Amino acid sequence: MTADTTEPLMSFEDAIATFDPVMGLEVHVELNTLTKMFCGCPTEFGAPPNTQVCPVCLGLPGALPVVNEKAVESAIRIGLALGCSIADWSRFARKNYFYPDMPKDFQTSQYDEPIAFNGALEILVETDDGPRPVTVGIERAHMEEDTGKILHVGGATGRIHGADYSLIDYNRAGVPLIEIVTKPIEVEPALAPSVARAYVTELRELIVALGVSDAHMHQGSMRVDANLSLKPRGRTEFGTRTETKNVNSIRSVERAVRFEIQRQAAVLQSGGTIIQETRHFHENDGSTTSGRVKEEAEDYRYFPEPDLTPVAPDAEWIEALRSTLPEPPLQRRARLREEWGISEHDMQSLINAGALELVEQTVALGADSADARKWWTGEISRISNERGLDVAELPITPSDVNRIIVLTSEGSLNDKLARQVIEGVLAGEGGPDEVVLARGLAIVSDDGALLEAVDAALAAQPDIAAKIRDGKVQAAGAIVGAVMKATAGKADAGRVRELILERVGAPPS
Amino acid sequence: MSDLTLLGAAETAALVARGDVSAHEVTARHLDRIEQTDEAIHAFLHVDRGLALAQADEVDRARAEGAVLGPLAGVPLALKDVFTMQGAPTTCGSKILEGWHPPYDATVVERLKAGGVVVLGKTNMDEFAMGSSTENSAYGVTRNPWNLNRIPGGSSGGSSAAVAARQAPLAIGTDTGGSIRQPAAVTGIVGVKPTYGGVSRYGLVAFSSSLDQGGPFARSVLDAALLHEVIAGHDRRDATSIEAPVPRVVAAARGELGGVSGMKVGVVSQLQGEGYQSGVQARFDETVELLTGLGAEVIEVSCPSFEYALPAYYLIAPSECSSNLARFDGMRYGLRAGDDGEHGVEQVMSMTRAQGFGPEVKRRIMLGTYALSAGYYDAYYGQAQKVRTLIRRDFDAAYKKVDVLISPTTPTVAFLIGERADDPIAMYKADLATLPSSLYGGPAMSLPAGLGDDDLPVGVQLMAAVQRDEQVYRVGAVLEAALQERWGGALLDRIPELAMGGVA
Repeated sequence: MTADTTEPLMSFEDAIATFDPVMGLEVHVELNTLTKMFCGCPTEFGAPPNTQVCPVCLGLPGALPVVNEKAVESAIRIGLALGCSIADWSRFARKNYFYPDMPKDFQTSQYDEPIAFNGALEILVETDDGPRPVTVGIERAHMEEDTGKILHVGGATGRIHGADYSLIDYNRAGVPLIEIVTKPIEVEPALAPSVARAYVTELRELIVALGVSDAHMHQGSMRVDANLSLKPRGRTEFGTRTETKNVNSIRSVERAVRFEIQRQAAVLQSGGTIIQETRHFHENDGSTTSGRVKEEAEDYRYFPEPDLTPVAPDAEWIEALRSTLPEPPLQRRARLREEWGISEHDMQSLINAGALELVEQTVALGADSADARKWWTGEISRISNERGLDVAELPITPSDVNRIIVLTSEGSLNDKLARQVIEGVLAGEGGPDEVVLARGLAIVSDDGALLEAVDAALAAQPDIAAKIRDGKVQAAGAIVGAVMKATAGKADAGRVRELILERVGAPPS
Repeated sequence: MSDLTLLGAAETAALVARGDVSAHEVTARHLDRIEQTDEAIHAFLHVDRGLALAQADEVDRARAEGAVLGPLAGVPLALKDVFTMQGAPTTCGSKILEGWHPPYDATVVERLKAGGVVVLGKTNMDEFAMGSSTENSAYGVTRNPWNLNRIPGGSSGGSSAAVAARQAPLAIGTDTGGSIRQPAAVTGIVGVKPTYGGVSRYGLVAFSSSLDQGGPFARSVLDAALLHEVIAGHDRRDATSIEAPVPRVVAAARGELGGVSGMKVGVVSQLQGEGYQSGVQARFDETVELLTGLGAEVIEVSCPSFEYALPAYYLIAPSECSSNLARFDGMRYGLRAGDDGEHGVEQVMSMTRAQGFGPEVKRRIMLGTYALSAGYYDAYYGQAQKVRTLIRRDFDAAYKKVDVLISPTTPTVAFLIGERADDPIAMYKADLATLPSSLYGGPAMSLPAGLGDDDLPVGVQLMAAVQRDEQVYRVGAVLEAALQERWGGALLDRIPELAMGGVA
């Protein structure tokens, strides 16, 4: 799939000097319920194709849907956490269109009667002048079912047109989805891309805190469609919007919005018009390209789903669910910032690294927060970036990291050895203690062994030994380095230094 | 043993339970009857002698082992080919499903099997239950056993014909706008549409989800009640299934809930008179008189919104069907056309549907697609839903005054095959009297009321409030007894011998 990047772009600065962007973000969250939205099939990710299906989710003639109450519960909790009103009476509707990944050729969704509506999410947006609070209005959150997955084989585009044949996996068909739709977002133009990013980040954190979804963007359990239009400065009516799909990471959300601002600005500036269309985002160069333009607007012929009765949660249930809500992420972050004594900037790096939960869990096990942050956002983040994974997806747990911190503070490991332990844990060699043992990484704390190395080093560099003896204590660094090299880094540098000074009989400093 | 195909279901079950006859024998005789008569009638699309006899043998074995048998154990039944059943194809009378073998049993089928009812085969129907004559079946028309040039009603015409022709004492049909009641009326048998939600729709291939309802055909009110109780009851796989005890229809049919003396019966002004054949109107008037004679208080009830039932129905049902039938696209099962490597997926879908659906189905899909379109929804589907509400209100108001409503089931006796085939509106009018209670959701029964024009059967319709199914059985059983006393036997005794082999 090669992106057509020949479309002219205006510089971002020029674009926002002339136009006001209006964004609308639609986020699909796949719920982590054990069973599907309307049948008892398991939802587990990664099973062999078409093994998690039944007459209902295959849409076989005669089969009927039954609502998964757990999914309704998750939908209500998401709605409440977003400050939405919960409808005391809401209905499912059929969205009719033909596509082979939909077994019934309609999607059971919600239309004009969503379960949750009219809420808001508070976010903090990083700006040059520090973090700035922004309120993103939530239009609605509604329930629907996911489609199957299609693999188009052959052809140049990877799309259905031009493919030699296509394979369909219906395991995902019927997995519960919550679609969260923002109200139009109009902010200071320069901030639009970072607001999009901050919103998705914040929403993802909220979803994870609610425990209703894994919200893994690269696995598709959280998917973002970014709607964007521009209006010339001073105008009030919205321009024509495009909907960019396939935005599969938080960073991509920001890039996609930025690209569309630049692209649409160039089109409008040159007297062109924006076509209402679906666009595809390309991870490799951050561009978007036009999807197939429909000759006429899609008419989904929505009507109330006659196979299901209305969802009418009673007030008591809603209140019981409200009491299960986690601390709002923004408040939680403020509390943790205070407890850990860190800045909002540090907090943002933690969040951007996807490590907040992990650090909090590591601290809960007894680790110092500075140590926990250092390892999760340092070495472990570096490796996750290298591998293109979320930190949370690496096979290392808060308890492993806590153990590494304990070993380090006991003096059994130094930072260099600790990094090797992390490498070993990630390589599947076992827990930290097992890795230390198997790789022989423990610090040499036996003075006898160290003294041998110190003596050898002093003997090898008599001039430096003399300098130390004369009181130039800083010269000991060279000897420490030699000892560390000789012990393959397994020595405690502090102890080595003490031994050197003792050995040469330097005056106590 | 006398001809077992002359017996009713209750009698047959009693003989089997006593061991006077085996379920195997009963089943074999009905299979023979089908073999002898179905070339002329064409009630069945699929008969599996081996499978039917195996089910019967299972009942005989259970009895031999001392198991307590259900009230219909060992009784043969004809199943409308709109219900899924493992081991047999399900076509819904359509080419688009030709060769499809469902991998699961409908709830109705599960309950029949659990009750020891023997499924003989699957019966013909108008394609996807759309029609009033079975002429819309892709597999040929079914003929009325009373007169082979006449239609047996529809869409459940195969089921009604099978019961009238004594191929089976019982059958299952489905009723969306009258598809059980109208075929029952024109073949001189009993047919009941239960309260919507009374019988599970799981495994019933949907035509119009908010209207479809499975129900019994039988040759007596009691037999219909027995079958009703076997298939009814809550099913957690159907969200619209009613979570409440099944109305006491068998007790009502046995007269245990009382007679009609003192009951209030409403004659619907809008469902008689103009447009109703003279023979139909005459049998209806006699029936009402008979009820008065039996001590019922008969009053005239006006339901002004019934006038709009037909247009409302022909917006709601096609709208739902346009969505329900979308899945028949050639991708996963059934017919696939144009898969030659030259056509893309949308072309294959479109060619499959063009080739697989018959004209009436296409007509309704197009009607429904149009009615649900942006800009037309409010004027058509939305407006029809409002009419539906008004019709419900008419019923609610009526049932504050009366216990049951009564009307002719159909405006005419069975019409000639081909007579209305090119006139959809004339065809739709066959359901004028049955549509209101479909839109309302209440129970309704068609009961033989005598012979009308051309010596063909006339039915009367009894309707009751939602979840008061026992009321129609209570009145139906009393009327049936009184009418049969007047006739000196069952109406079906007067069916001319079929012009096929010498079976009596």
